[in-house]
Amino acid sequence: MLKTLRQIASIGIVTEPPPASDDALRLRETLDERIRMVLGRALCIRHIDAGSCNGCELEIQALNNPIYNLEGLGIRFVASPRHADLLLVTGPVSRHMEVALRRTYEATPDPKLVVALGDCGCTGGIFGESYASRGRVSQVIPVDVAVPGCPPSPTRILQGILTALSPAAAKSVTAQTASAAPRE
Amino acid sequence: MPLRTWWEASPALAAVPPTRGLPVTAEQWVQAATDAAAAGGQLLALWATVDAADSSSVILRAALMWDLGVLVLELRVRDDGSRYPGLQGIFPAASRMQRAAFDLVGARSDDADMRPWIRHAAWQADTFPLRPGATLPPPPADVTDDYRFVRVEGDGVHEIPVGPVHAGTIEPGHFRFSIVGEKVLRLEERLGYVHKGIERRFMALTAMEGHRLAARVSGDSAVAFSWAYCQALEALSDCVIPRRAAFLRALCLEIERIQNHLGDLGALGNDAGFAFGLSQFSRLKEELLRTVEATLGQRYLLDAIVPGGTSVDLSAEGWSHLTDRMARLITETRRLKDIYDEHSGVRDRFVGAGQVSPELARRLGLIGLAGRASGQAFDARVDLPWPPYDALLPTKIVRAEGDVAARVAVRFDELMESCQLVQLMLERLPRDAHRVEVGVPAANTLGIGLIEGWRGPVFIALEVEHDGMIRRCHPHDPSWQNWPVLEHAILGNIVPDFPLINKSFNLSYSGHDL
Repeated sequence: MLKTLRQIASIGIVTEPPPASDDALRLRETLDERIRMVLGRALCIRHIDAGSCNGCELEIQALNNPIYNLEGLGIRFVASPRHADLLLVTGPVSRHMEVALRRTYEATPDPKLVVALGDCGCTGGIFGESYASRGRVSQVIPVDVAVPGCPPSPTRILQGILTALSPAAAKSVTAQTASAAPRE
Repeated sequence: MPLRTWWEASPALAAVPPTRGLPVTAEQWVQAATDAAAAGGQLLALWATVDAADSSSVILRAALMWDLGVLVLELRVRDDGSRYPGLQGIFPAASRMQRAAFDLVGARSDDADMRPWIRHAAWQADTFPLRPGATLPPPPADVTDDYRFVRVEGDGVHEIPVGPVHAGTIEPGHFRFSIVGEKVLRLEERLGYVHKGIERRFMALTAMEGHRLAARVSGDSAVAFSWAYCQALEALSDCVIPRRAAFLRALCLEIERIQNHLGDLGALGNDAGFAFGLSQFSRLKEELLRTVEATLGQRYLLDAIVPGGTSVDLSAEGWSHLTDRMARLITETRRLKDIYDEHSGVRDRFVGAGQVSPELARRLGLIGLAGRASGQAFDARVDLPWPPYDALLPTKIVRAEGDVAARVAVRFDELMESCQLVQLMLERLPRDAHRVEVGVPAANTLGIGLIEGWRGPVFIALEVEHDGMIRRCHPHDPSWQNWPVLEHAILGNIVPDFPLINKSFNLSYSGHDL
């Protein structure tokens, strides 16, 4: 026990500040500003591997290490799509995962966000489209933000998640004026 | 007859570790496999290919690994619906490989289990994706298949279906538990969800670009797969890589081993309720990843191994950076190992959980890291060494207990051994080139690559066309052998221990599903 405590004390806090959001990663803008206010940064993420080589998974796991400390930002991974605000999807979508991915998307309550991860999630990557692969994630479910990279670094993934949560820089004014009248 | 007789009758194949190939008849196919099992050999891989010379027959290949090297049996079967003798009775791991070979190529064994394995609903049962020119109509939307799981019946028995989407950040697969109370009576796995057509994709690439796809067969074993691929390609091209290139590749391979062990040791602590372990090991891993990015250009070395050598060289600055990191990693790991060893709560969860006895491990063909934790003393770096391991002489880590604690202990020891190997390689790093040109690979012949990745032996069989395109590339991950053993390791344990036991194996879905 003493050794454990000594180790904790000697390492101290290693968490680094998070990156800024990046509009270049945004594919579409769906969230109403008021919803964003409600969500704040208390975001629940459900990860779905839809056919990845497991490289992206390694970098997603890194987000929980004390240096990126995702939970410190109020963002956490949850075990069910029913608890989730955001789906983080990796891989080209294999045909064998297509139904599971669509059902997971349907099981996620509205309003929901989708971030597609990695070169495969963005374009199909090296696997492309084939008898076994549908290619990029947006072929199967709507995608808000796409983060390229093979695999993308944890900083880029975090940037993608924060981009999904923040208003588009160019559109933020219109979003604010539009919020005066209820959507739909 | 002794396996040595088969071995001596077989001509050598293009490969770095001693590898031989032998065309056999159906009787010899069974006899040679039986003799291999009697000689302590194991099935390394089994795959099928449509015969290039005669498209009305299919060639089945079984790679058998034993003390002297790898023996590849070649059985030619007529493509008229006739069945070849299955090897399941000799090597239980053959069953799923044979079912996959049928799903993809269409040759059927005479073993009893004829359920599809890799194929779900993406293509029809009478079409075979790996046949040249196979046209596969797109499947109708929302069709799922109805897989026949084995039912366990009796008073109080119920099923828990888990997956394919799991509760954590892991890959997709389906587990069907049959339980009474909390105790597991049976686990049946259903894989194939991440099948994305890798073997067919290889056929659209030139031999010189296949290493990129090989690295993405299983991202956590990128170095092992891309090296095995390049080893096969270089053997077909009669290319011998410079000594510096071999050292740099081994450096990358050991770094990959360290990265994975650090990640898993943390996750195992966490699964045993010791979150401290996850924080500490994930921090160590992140520090290492940053050092690797600063010295070799990538956090994960997916593009480091290229035909003829490595894509990057190590600078003098990078050299000292890595040297410092290894020294610190050894000190910190030693400290954490002490804490893990002394923590009674962690020991209580680790010891006795998910036990696979050496005898069961031998019978089922458990290999790699998990095999070494159950007394199966094979490590290709030691037993079939290739440069530079023939000069480095690593120590083989073996334990006999076969439980989670043993697999954790093997990881700790291998982690330390790998750090020391990296230090040794940095000390002795040769000064010649890190890359050479690779000539035209020979067509119409089989090239073999075999690399001991962090999970176990990674195997590649490569055939090239005259125009430089890949005719057939079969990548084989040790997860094929070890997934079925996990079904046994969980028996009698409680459901809440499954994540811990599963993590102690940490098998690849992508590397298996292809």
